[in-house]
Amino acid sequence: MSTYANYPTGEPVVDTKAPEGPVGERWDKRRFEAKLVNPANRRKHTVIVVGTGLAGGSAGATLAEQGYHVVQFCYQDSPRRAHSIAAQGGINAAKNYRNDGDSVHRLFYDTVKGGDFRARESNVHRLAQISVEIIDQCVAQGVPFAREYGGLLDTRSFGGVQVSRTFYARGQTGQQLLLGAYQALSRQIAAGNVEMHPRTEMLDLIVVDGKARGIVARDLVTGRVDTYFADAVVLASGGYGNVFYLSTNAMNSNATAIWRAHRRGAYFANPCFTQIHPTCIPRTGDHQSKLTLMSESLRNDGRIWVPKAKGDDRPANRIPEDERDYYLERIYPSFGNLVPRDIASRAAKNVCDEGRGVGPGGQGVYLDFADAIERMGRKAVEAKYGNLFDMYQRITDEDPYQVPMRIYPAVHYTMGGLWVDYDLQTTVPGLFAIGEANFSDHGANRLGASALMQGLADGYFVLPATINDYLARHPHHDEIDAEHPVVQEVLAETGDRLNLLLAVDGDRTPDSFHREVGELMWEFCGMARTDSGLRKALERIPQIREEFWRRIKVPGTGEEFNQSLEKANRVVDYLELAELMCLDALHRAESCGGHFREESQTPDGEAARRDDEFGYAAAWEFTGTGDAPVLHKEDLVFEYVHPTQRSYA
Amino acid sequence: MKLTLRVWRQKNADAEGAMSTYQVDRISSDMSFLEMLDTLNEELILNGEDPVAFDHDCREGICGACSLVINGDAHGPERTTTCQLHMRSFEDGDTIDIEPWRASAFPVIKDLVVDRSAFDRIIQAGGYVTAPTGAAPEAHATPVPKPDADFAFEHAECIGCGACVAACPNGAAMLFTSAKVNHLNVLPQGAPERETRVLDMVGQMDAEGFGGCTLAGECATACPKGIPLVSITGMNKEWLRATRKAGKR
Amino acid sequence: MARTVWDSSVGKKTVMAVSGLIMLLYLVVHMIGNLKIFFGAGEFNHYAHWLRTVGEPFMHYEWTLWLVRIVLVLAVVAHATSAYQLSRRDIKARPDKYVHKKPRASYATRTMRWGGIILALFIVWHILDLTTGTVHSGGFQEGHPYQNVVDTFSTWYGNVIYVVAMLALGLHVRHGFWSAAQTLGVGSRARDRALKTVANVLALLLTAGFIAVPVGVMTGVVS
Repeated sequence: MSTYANYPTGEPVVDTKAPEGPVGERWDKRRFEAKLVNPANRRKHTVIVVGTGLAGGSAGATLAEQGYHVVQFCYQDSPRRAHSIAAQGGINAAKNYRNDGDSVHRLFYDTVKGGDFRARESNVHRLAQISVEIIDQCVAQGVPFAREYGGLLDTRSFGGVQVSRTFYARGQTGQQLLLGAYQALSRQIAAGNVEMHPRTEMLDLIVVDGKARGIVARDLVTGRVDTYFADAVVLASGGYGNVFYLSTNAMNSNATAIWRAHRRGAYFANPCFTQIHPTCIPRTGDHQSKLTLMSESLRNDGRIWVPKAKGDDRPANRIPEDERDYYLERIYPSFGNLVPRDIASRAAKNVCDEGRGVGPGGQGVYLDFADAIERMGRKAVEAKYGNLFDMYQRITDEDPYQVPMRIYPAVHYTMGGLWVDYDLQTTVPGLFAIGEANFSDHGANRLGASALMQGLADGYFVLPATINDYLARHPHHDEIDAEHPVVQEVLAETGDRLNLLLAVDGDRTPDSFHREVGELMWEFCGMARTDSGLRKALERIPQIREEFWRRIKVPGTGEEFNQSLEKANRVVDYLELAELMCLDALHRAESCGGHFREESQTPDGEAARRDDEFGYAAAWEFTGTGDAPVLHKEDLVFEYVHPTQRSYA
Repeated sequence: MKLTLRVWRQKNADAEGAMSTYQVDRISSDMSFLEMLDTLNEELILNGEDPVAFDHDCREGICGACSLVINGDAHGPERTTTCQLHMRSFEDGDTIDIEPWRASAFPVIKDLVVDRSAFDRIIQAGGYVTAPTGAAPEAHATPVPKPDADFAFEHAECIGCGACVAACPNGAAMLFTSAKVNHLNVLPQGAPERETRVLDMVGQMDAEGFGGCTLAGECATACPKGIPLVSITGMNKEWLRATRKAGKR
Repeated sequence: MARTVWDSSVGKKTVMAVSGLIMLLYLVVHMIGNLKIFFGAGEFNHYAHWLRTVGEPFMHYEWTLWLVRIVLVLAVVAHATSAYQLSRRDIKARPDKYVHKKPRASYATRTMRWGGIILALFIVWHILDLTTGTVHSGGFQEGHPYQNVVDTFSTWYGNVIYVVAMLALGLHVRHGFWSAAQTLGVGSRARDRALKTVANVLALLLTAGFIAVPVGVMTGVVS
């Protein structure tokens, strides 16, 4: 540990792609300056896309429409099942249909501020600009957004924003947007422009002469490990929240694609920036395999409270009004229950730490609709939130119309990811990262309804424009094949890793290790972090890793459908990524967005950001398993939105 | 809770399968059905046995991956997905039969995992609107009456899990196909491809070897998203309309 | 277009629906005609004779009747062929049964399939019995349908076959009529109740109307 935490600082990493000039003109300028590939030549270029969520699905479809030959992968049995499908709330766009003062600039401003000034202005402004085109695109695809009686699109206010810019399709916006992208992708698959490999998982990246040239992937049905080659590789494999074991991610969401790319040279930026979502259903016991999110929209009408007294175990309806603490309304009177996610989550943790939490283990707070039902009537509440209430009741067996819901924060999204420049290219030429897989436009905290916006912006509009430039500048790659020595080496490494997992034949399951590292991360690298806690975790992780390779048990063989092997191989990467996350958290001795460092708070207990010391994105370079990575800083310059301490009071 | 599980075990697509019996103990009624299977699998792994393979991912009832026939019902006794089924729906001491989706268009890959790629090919045949990226008009250029938008949404809710096929005595994919046809055909954006869409999708559905509809209604009963049986009627109407129009051309 | 229809499972269902409705219309007319038996041999035999003279003088004697017969034969053939082909397709689509059996799972399908087979066999017997007289129990008399009917229903097996077939017919019409409406795309959430009611009423009236004849013979009302 002592050596790992003594990381060296290398040369700063610089985004050379964002043009100079007024922020509103940069995207136009970049698109103009980017070289194009002659339409007739495009079919000669192969692009690999890993993942079929909002970012990957939209990118695959769009690249294929442009004429490229796309080879796409997903571990699920169908591209339609990527976890974007579970996003509930909505998608932001600066359409200003409500005439309520919204604009591209306001969305840009809100996102930079909401991200606690840890995102790149050029990227965020582009995101805000593109947001309007996304809605047009999705409507044209037949995405059934909610509409008003006049037939026009409905919008709502969402997650601590004071304008109604969130478009939605009941509580299933992610599903509908994903199906739109999936259908566009399906059209290209049928046309032969996309070669789709479902149930195939990327296990490594092939880098030849410093450029990304392909991937190694395993067919999850036959177990066959194969190589696939391309002129560029796009990772759209999502976030790494599953490091925590319990999260709102899908069970099989994993970090392998980005972690393997990191090991092959792509810098990993801000790995500690994790979003803890305030409104999840609390866990019920040790058997819990995942957590379920309740849409943040519930906070529009529900009131959050805990008993004033510690250890008050009376049922909610027996606690009189004056013995309840509506703590968000008390601490943040102007935003009340609608404060951003990081603030709501931390406040919940604080009251629970004080011993005022409710439900099993005191790990929960009430989200109460009694007032809303009285004010709006049960019918109206049902119409608005019925499906969420049903879901809650199904999981908890409690009727939220009668007793307040119990909620608790849970890991939901990772703002960190592979470092990318304005073109979304990583530090490995020819390797691009889009959607949640990159370190993204959300800085240290993501606002509600922004993930869908970013995934689709990257996939439909940004990547298809910027990848041209790379492909045009690297037109004649030497042909490579499986016989290439580099390819042979990567293939052999992958095979060895899988064989070793099968050979150990120990006495612990992959899940038990995953659970162990997850609990450690939640405790020391979760909602609030301390220097000593993180050091403890950094000491423990290599031990778990060592134990893993001694005691892991994976039944069966590699040449068959083997879900234990898949799982074990993902845990290998979690055990390395967890270490980097802790180091990043340790080094960032400030409180910032989703990263709350207990040593860095204001006298009244609010997060204290330290712009002078930490006003950068931290991009880490891999040097070897367990070896100290090299820190490269990208200085963040704020020309338009000047950093202020966020205040939601 | 203590339970007896009878689970379909099949090594791979070509192998013969059979039901195997397992006992599980210390099952909490708060567990989801899949968490109960996780518990079984943890034990199997430690005993050096092959754990039971089953598809699952989001465990929130939306991705459509999970696909178990539990005591003869697709997704089990409640109207929801397998992952949202909780053990409180069972009694201590119960014997539970767990089988894969059964249809010749959904061949078993291993144990409880089946190949549902036929659904993808039905969508590929026409379950989309041709709207290349960048070609979209302003979103408000075409208002959509709210009832139409709601109708489209109700059908678009389909998660493609295949419970309709699993429940249908004929292994028919009519409900799945009709959900997409109805979703897109009611919208103005879907209108230009209205006829080709339904003809091609139904054609693909037949080519995949799904059975035909005898309106037994089992599909709609099993559908975790409540796609109604009348959705099939709507598709039949669209199909007849398209056939008439194609005949005139 | 005919090719498209016949090659598609949805198209074949349409063929079944249309042919089924043609037969249903015929059955309604047939059933009403049958009831004339309660007004005596004269009226019944006169009606039977009239059936052969419908359309005269434009049509020659029995032309209309043969036309109807041809349409009916085509309908039966189309209905049965598509039913057979669709059933084979359905059985092939679900080769492996569930180990855990659910009795309700294929109720409608089973009644339609077995009911259809029963009805097909019945039609053969019915024609041989009362049209050609090949297997008629008493001495079959051409041109004396009243007596022929009475003869048939004076045997126990005549009654059994007939009543069983008419019960099968009721079940078949009950699901078939509603099913045809769905196949032809005229069903909707709003109309579903009405369609089901019409199907039930039709099934009930047809079954009751047809069974009235053997009951009449058995009870001596008709003799």
